[in-house]
Amino acid sequence: MADLLAAIFDQVHTRNLSMKVLNNSAKALLALTGMVFTHSAFAADTVKVGVLHSLSGTMAISETSLRDVLLYTFDEINAKGGVMGKKIEPVVVDGASNWPLFAEKAKQLLEKDKAAVVFGCWTSVSRKSVLPVFEKNNGLLFYPVQYEGEEESKNVFYTAEAVNQQATPAVDYMLGKKKEKFYLLGSDYVYPQTTNLVLLEYLLSKGVPIENIGGGFKKDASGKIISAGKYTPFGHTDYQQIVAEIKQFSAGGKACVINTLNGDTNVPFFKEYAAAGLTAESCPVVSFSISEDEFRALPAKQLVGQLGCWTYFQSVKSDANKKFISSFQTWLKDTKVDGVKKEGRVTCSPMVLSYDGVYLWKAAVEKAGSFDVDKVREALKGGLSFDGPGGKVTTQKNMHLTKNVFIGETKADGQFKILKEYKDVFGEPWLKGTFKAK
Amino acid sequence: MQPQPRREILIAGALALVLLVLMPALNAWVPQDSLLHVSNFTINVWGKYLAYGILAISVDLLWGYTGLLSLGQALFFSLGGYMLGMHLMLMIGKLGQYKSDLPDFLVFLGHTFLPAFWKPFYSFAFAMLMVFLLPMLLAKVFGFLAFRSRIKGVYFSILTQALTYGASLMFFRNDMLLGGNNGFTDFKFLLGADIRSAGTQRTLYICTGIALMAVYFGCRWLTRTKFGLIQRAIRDSETRVLFSGYSAANYKLFVFVVAAGIASLGGALYVTQVGIINPSEMTPDKSLEAVVWVAVGGRGTLVGPILGAVVVNALKSWATRAIPDLWLILLGSLFLGVVLFLPEGLISIPAKIRSLFTRSKPLDPQESAVSKANAPAA
Repeated sequence: MADLLAAIFDQVHTRNLSMKVLNNSAKALLALTGMVFTHSAFAADTVKVGVLHSLSGTMAISETSLRDVLLYTFDEINAKGGVMGKKIEPVVVDGASNWPLFAEKAKQLLEKDKAAVVFGCWTSVSRKSVLPVFEKNNGLLFYPVQYEGEEESKNVFYTAEAVNQQATPAVDYMLGKKKEKFYLLGSDYVYPQTTNLVLLEYLLSKGVPIENIGGGFKKDASGKIISAGKYTPFGHTDYQQIVAEIKQFSAGGKACVINTLNGDTNVPFFKEYAAAGLTAESCPVVSFSISEDEFRALPAKQLVGQLGCWTYFQSVKSDANKKFISSFQTWLKDTKVDGVKKEGRVTCSPMVLSYDGVYLWKAAVEKAGSFDVDKVREALKGGLSFDGPGGKVTTQKNMHLTKNVFIGETKADGQFKILKEYKDVFGEPWLKGTFKAK
Repeated sequence: MQPQPRREILIAGALALVLLVLMPALNAWVPQDSLLHVSNFTINVWGKYLAYGILAISVDLLWGYTGLLSLGQALFFSLGGYMLGMHLMLMIGKLGQYKSDLPDFLVFLGHTFLPAFWKPFYSFAFAMLMVFLLPMLLAKVFGFLAFRSRIKGVYFSILTQALTYGASLMFFRNDMLLGGNNGFTDFKFLLGADIRSAGTQRTLYICTGIALMAVYFGCRWLTRTKFGLIQRAIRDSETRVLFSGYSAANYKLFVFVVAAGIASLGGALYVTQVGIINPSEMTPDKSLEAVVWVAVGGRGTLVGPILGAVVVNALKSWATRAIPDLWLILLGSLFLGVVLFLPEGLISIPAKIRSLFTRSKPLDPQESAVSKANAPAA
């Protein structure tokens, strides 16, 4: 009690010195009443970890899976004693596919809950929305989904695929298959736009002539190309004209389509594609936004034989992957968390990158010996490795991840047959302007 | 029951004292570890609720007082946000990802110079002028065409919805040079102050509160003038107003333009505190949400919409953290409950309780709406 009183006087005293005379009494009174109601600090044997995904709205179908896999990972770690002796206490919030709400929830997690780390976001716009919040509060976000790069924040660790861990290996694969013509198609937002600009430079640097790159270009007043490829808005359904254009484009053979269409717009596109008589043999489509998890909602039949490129497929053959899949399925069966769908579940790249992220964070905390963001960041930059379900992943100095890249062929059951693996690809966010034409 | 004028002013004054003086004071001067401390987060979300309150009043001015159910108010709200957002984007300076004078998304799109229509937005005064001018001009043109053609009822609602949907599709396009899908974010400075600092956010919160008060009293005055009487007459029977020799279209146009300006002001204040504006803010469902707030709070009163906006959004903030899997059900049941049991909205709860005690029969909703509307003007 005496301590408390002393503290109160101390507080009032030091405050008085710095206060203007006018506000003296009011502020002192507030400070005094404030001190009386001060909470006592309690010793915590848990560490709060935020999960910031959309559990409702348009993105829920994809993001709920990430929430599930994160909760599973936390349970797995807690069963083995937690992180530095502390159990992970997940704080799950719903961003509701509402970008301003993402910012609000991020503020809540960092300022109210004091979350040591947050795993979350899917769309670029949600990441852009929370970024200022993480920078202001010096928080740490692990971001697990393929993205356009052109961004580096000290408060975000990108376990995500950079453009050179998905798009350029896919093009390499196509070039290896003697494809000479590339048609670029995507949804009109930042990820496809950037990917295609990088691909344009990449293709030119590989000696592909510009007339062999389809989809059209937009130039600015000086004649510089500012946009490459064909873009359709979200929710677009009419692909008749575009498919006709592709058919004409691919008439001479040796052509392929690089597809960065988003979500459910893929359904009408592939329907139209098949209807026009185009097939995986005559003109293959390689897609960057369709993983195993998306096939829970998309009909896989129309995509059989078409290609995908990710840093993990459920069909990866390794002991780590076998164990991951079986324990995740067991967890799904036993879990009592509300809203977890138990049937027909698969694993996919964003899920595995979320899983890897949690273990990398754990390793960084243990190496740093602290939950402090600055120390954890330094540990992460120091090159930590984890043997994940998709193979070994290693953290880089630029807060990205070195990992394996796989090219897979879609099967009728929504799984991928792995055709090619690129080992230990370095994640590079700044690619525009790095490839020079021959 | 409408509170008596003096009591209403007392209540409003008390609320203003709590929201505009007490909360910022507790935020600024009470130590962080105290139970009485109001956190920066709380100030920030309340700033958002109050900005939504301004939007809700604009919906109510149209729907509750003039009988025009506009499903496009979020468009004007977002336009206000975009206009101020353009200024804020230019104020980032070289602190963006590309360390360029241009906003990040323009660099990303390969632009090497600022498009001409962006240039005036370096001026804060111009941006604030546009916050009011552009939405009101759009409302004027749209309203003129719609009201002159005597489009009313559900057709008016559908048209406003189409307007906002069309605008959102346009803003989604990167060609608009307004940030496309990502919109504007990562603001750094407002009038030279760090926009993310606690002090600036507190000031913005107080500004929002003052703006809400001003809008509230402004609308209160307007709806109690002779103009307000005609406004309600249009709501209750437009044909009679026409036969009495009034040009209903002009009255409606005026209200529509004023409501657009109010919504836009709310949007500008919203953007400074939420830190992002993008086209998903102008999709039709956002406008519908605002209509729901008004319905929940109590339409045809000016306090109701504010109450509805605050209650629904506070509940949403709380529930998306506390029960992330069930919050939609909770909110849904609130809406159903209000529609079924409280058709006059939450604002009617005190009157209902009072009527229980006095054992008089509950007020007829129709009658009370009319009586409270007529009382002051009579």
